[in-house]
Amino acid sequence: MLTISCSINDRPYELTIDPRASLLDMLRDQGLTSVKQGCGMGECGACTVLVDDVAVNACLYLATWVHGKRIRTVEGEVKNGQLSPVQQAYVDAGAVQCGFCTPGLIMTTTAFVEACRDKFRNPEDITPEDIRRAHAGNLCRCTGYDTIVQAVRQSLGQPASAQDLTKSSPP
Amino acid sequence: MYAFESYHRAQSLTEAVELLAANPFARPMAGGTDILVRLREGHKDYAKIVDIHGLPELEGITEDRGELRIGSGTTFAVLMASPLAARLAPVLIEAAGWVAGPQIRNTATIGGNICNGSACADSAAPLLILNAHLDLIGPEGKRMIPLRGFHLGPGRVELRQGEILRSVRVKPEPGQGQGLGTAYVKYSMRQAMDIATIGCGAGVRLRDGRPDGIVDELRLAFTVAAPTPVRCPSAEAAAMGLPLNEAIQAAVAALEQDVSPRTSWRAAGDFRMHIIRTLAGRMIRTAAERFAMHVAKHVAK
Ligand SMILES: Cc1cc2nc3c(=O)[nH]c(=O)nc-3n(C[C@H](O)[C@H](O)[C@H](O)COP(=O)(O)OP(=O)(O)OC[C@H]3O[C@@H](n4cnc5c(N)ncnc54)[C@H](O)[C@@H]3O)c2cc1C
Ligand code: FES
Ligand code: FES
Repeated sequence: MLTISCSINDRPYELTIDPRASLLDMLRDQGLTSVKQGCGMGECGACTVLVDDVAVNACLYLATWVHGKRIRTVEGEVKNGQLSPVQQAYVDAGAVQCGFCTPGLIMTTTAFVEACRDKFRNPEDITPEDIRRAHAGNLCRCTGYDTIVQAVRQSLGQPASAQDLTKSSPP
Repeated sequence: MYAFESYHRAQSLTEAVELLAANPFARPMAGGTDILVRLREGHKDYAKIVDIHGLPELEGITEDRGELRIGSGTTFAVLMASPLAARLAPVLIEAAGWVAGPQIRNTATIGGNICNGSACADSAAPLLILNAHLDLIGPEGKRMIPLRGFHLGPGRVELRQGEILRSVRVKPEPGQGQGLGTAYVKYSMRQAMDIATIGCGAGVRLRDGRPDGIVDELRLAFTVAAPTPVRCPSAEAAAMGLPLNEAIQAAVAALEQDVSPRTSWRAAGDFRMHIIRTLAGRMIRTAAERFAMHVAKHVAK
């Protein structure tokens, strides 16, 4: 067993961890059940969380690697009972059906939107193709992705467009 | 839980080498995107681990007298964001963009991509056309070997017992980096999150700046076209000294001597051969166009 310290959704944790545990195991043991196991193989992105603001698949990540790091899951994106702008965009765009993929997708979108902002990318220059590429590591079996692209566009502050809804190739 | 039989976390590179020497069946694990999947699939070969994840000595991208050094622990995402790598090895960045999806690129390392011995590793073709070298350290000391020849067979590489890849080196050669027009493309069923059916990298130098000029040098490499990533000596030789269009024809005609695509559930051998020929033509042309563009820019200055 190894002892690590980390922050999860801005709260400090001291944890004693089996080195064989994945980050997914560890987070779900802490009650953060938004972290879903779809494939357990890095293919579907349902387990996506942010480690120091970088999106990783919690299923393919050792829990001990987060020692000294900041973890964010979708639970922590709600601040003072308010959904984050990305969460709100998913609601507004109707980008949630069964919801299994949603926590992972929201974390991927959150990392993408924050990275675009940090790099001072002009939101207008970000194409639906860029959005699809940036979300290629997340599978959704329900929505057909158009509403998800719409939610990401709204998160970036782009105007809604009917054009997204006519294109339907998967990312 | 991953089914580790033994697990040691190395605190330094020296300790990692010692741990590997002391545990002859243990393997180093960097990003774990190959090893942890294998463990999930129940492979016993990967059950003994020396964890080198995030060792500072294996990180960093630097330049030393024109030589590009990429720490083996560099993730594809970090590589893609490096202006230094973009300047000295743009084709490597182009290839990194084809690896999996964002989450995997945030953890998968270039060292793991080379050392897993996979015939479909996306970094292999670009590094082969850049004549990359590998800087290794092990119980018997350090050595520097060319990447060409490192892959011995599917999953097998020229790593000695307990050896760790420290960095990948791209040495300055005349015409290397931006001076050699380069290009990489991956053909796969899906645009993302898919293993290559065929990957193709090309490097071209033309005698004069015209896009249809005489080919002074061709470097051509493939993944999944043989049991290991390969350079194509016959095709490269066939193209020498010919104007671009003829050079492409000659190279494509000679290719069969360099590759041995297999049939698998992903694609039949003859289909792969067709893709190999098609991609070779396209990538040689793209690399030549980039070379000509680069020359034009420099003449204009
Ligand atoms: C969903 C998914 C999609 C993928 N898609 C692609 C793709 O499109 N293209 C592609 O090329 N790959 C792909 N991969 C494979 C994998 O992500 C890459 O090969 C990755 O670069 C491996 O690096 P790693 O650090 O995660 O390796 P690890 O799993 O840590 O190690 C892999 C192997 O390399 C050895 N090793 C690692 N580092 C060193 C070192 N410094 N010295 C000596 N030996 C070392 C290990 O012992 C092991 O044998 C994919 C994997 C997944 C799970
Ligand atoms: S559960 Fe982690 S990627 Fe599918
Ligand atoms: S909403 Fe059901 S998988 Fe995406």
